[in-house]
Amino acid sequence: MIYTLCFYLFAIITVFSAIMVISSRNPVHSVLYLILAFFNSAGLFVLLGAEFVAMILVIVYVGAVAVLFMFVVMMLDIDYSELRKGFQKYLPIGGLIGLVLLAELVLVGMGWGLGDPVITDPATAIPALTEMSNTEALGSLIYTKYIFLFQMAGLILLVAMIGAIVLTHRKRPGVKKQNINKQVMRRREEAFEIVKVKPGQGLG
Amino acid sequence: MEIGLAHYLTVAAMLFTIGIFGIFLNRKNVIIILMSVELILLAVNINFVAFSSYLHDMVGQIFTMFILTVAAGEAAIGLAILVIYYRNRGTIAVEDINLMEG
Repeated sequence: MIYTLCFYLFAIITVFSAIMVISSRNPVHSVLYLILAFFNSAGLFVLLGAEFVAMILVIVYVGAVAVLFMFVVMMLDIDYSELRKGFQKYLPIGGLIGLVLLAELVLVGMGWGLGDPVITDPATAIPALTEMSNTEALGSLIYTKYIFLFQMAGLILLVAMIGAIVLTHRKRPGVKKQNINKQVMRRREEAFEIVKVKPGQGLG
Repeated sequence: MEIGLAHYLTVAAMLFTIGIFGIFLNRKNVIIILMSVELILLAVNINFVAFSSYLHDMVGQIFTMFILTVAAGEAAIGLAILVIYYRNRGTIAVEDINLMEG
C-alpha cells in the first residue's frame, strides 16, 4: 500500500517536472525542475531496490550536471524570450511527433503483453539482501567481470575533463603568468654581471 | 493494485516522449535541448533499472552507471562548446549556428 502510494507520488512528480522542464519560460526554472525530476527518479530507483544507483544519480546529476547547467544558464547573458519565439510554431508538429512516438511505445508494450517477465536463471543474479547489500553486489561485479568497462568509463571521464578544459581555456593578453621553463633555464651568467669598481671612480 | 514492471515502463515511456517533444518545442534554445537529452537518458536509465529489478539481474544497474558516466561527460562537453560558442559569436540561437555551411 505504502509502496503503491510512493510509486504514484514519485512517478507523477517526475512526469510533471519533466513537462515543466521543457515548457517553463525561464531557463533557471527549467534547471530547478530538472533537479526535481532527478530527485524523484532517484526515489523510483530506491523503490526498485537499486539504492546505490539512486544515490549516484543524486550525486552526479543533482550535484554536478544540474549545477553545471545552472552555472551556464546564469553565466551567459542571453535574451531568452527571443529564443522562445518559435514555441507556438513548433507546437503542432512537435506534438504530432510526440504522440506518434508515444503510440508506438504503447503498441510495443501491448504487443509484448506487459505480462510478468520470464525469470530465467541469470548469471549475475541479484543476491538476497540478507546475504549482500546492493552496493556490495554492484562492487563485486564491477571490479571483477566488468573491470575493463569500468576503466573505459574512467577514460571517458578523463577525456571529457581534458576536452572541457582545453575548449574553455583561453589566453588573455597582458596577464603576467609564471613561466617555469624560463625560470629553470635562467643561468648565472645572464642574470648579473660583476663590475670591478676602482676607488673614487664610481660606475658613471 | 500491485505495481509491476509495466508501471515503470510507462513512466519511462512518458519521460522519453516528453524529452523528444522538448527538442522539437525548443528548437532555438540549445540549453533546453541539452536538458531534454538528459531527460531521455533518464528514461533509458529507469528502463534499465526496472528490468534489472524485475528480472533479478544485476547487469542492468551496472549499465545504468555507465550511461550516467557518458551522460555526465556529454553534458560537460556540450556546455563547454556552448560557452566558447557564445564567447565567439555572442549568441546561442540554433539557426545562427551555420559556420560550417552544412
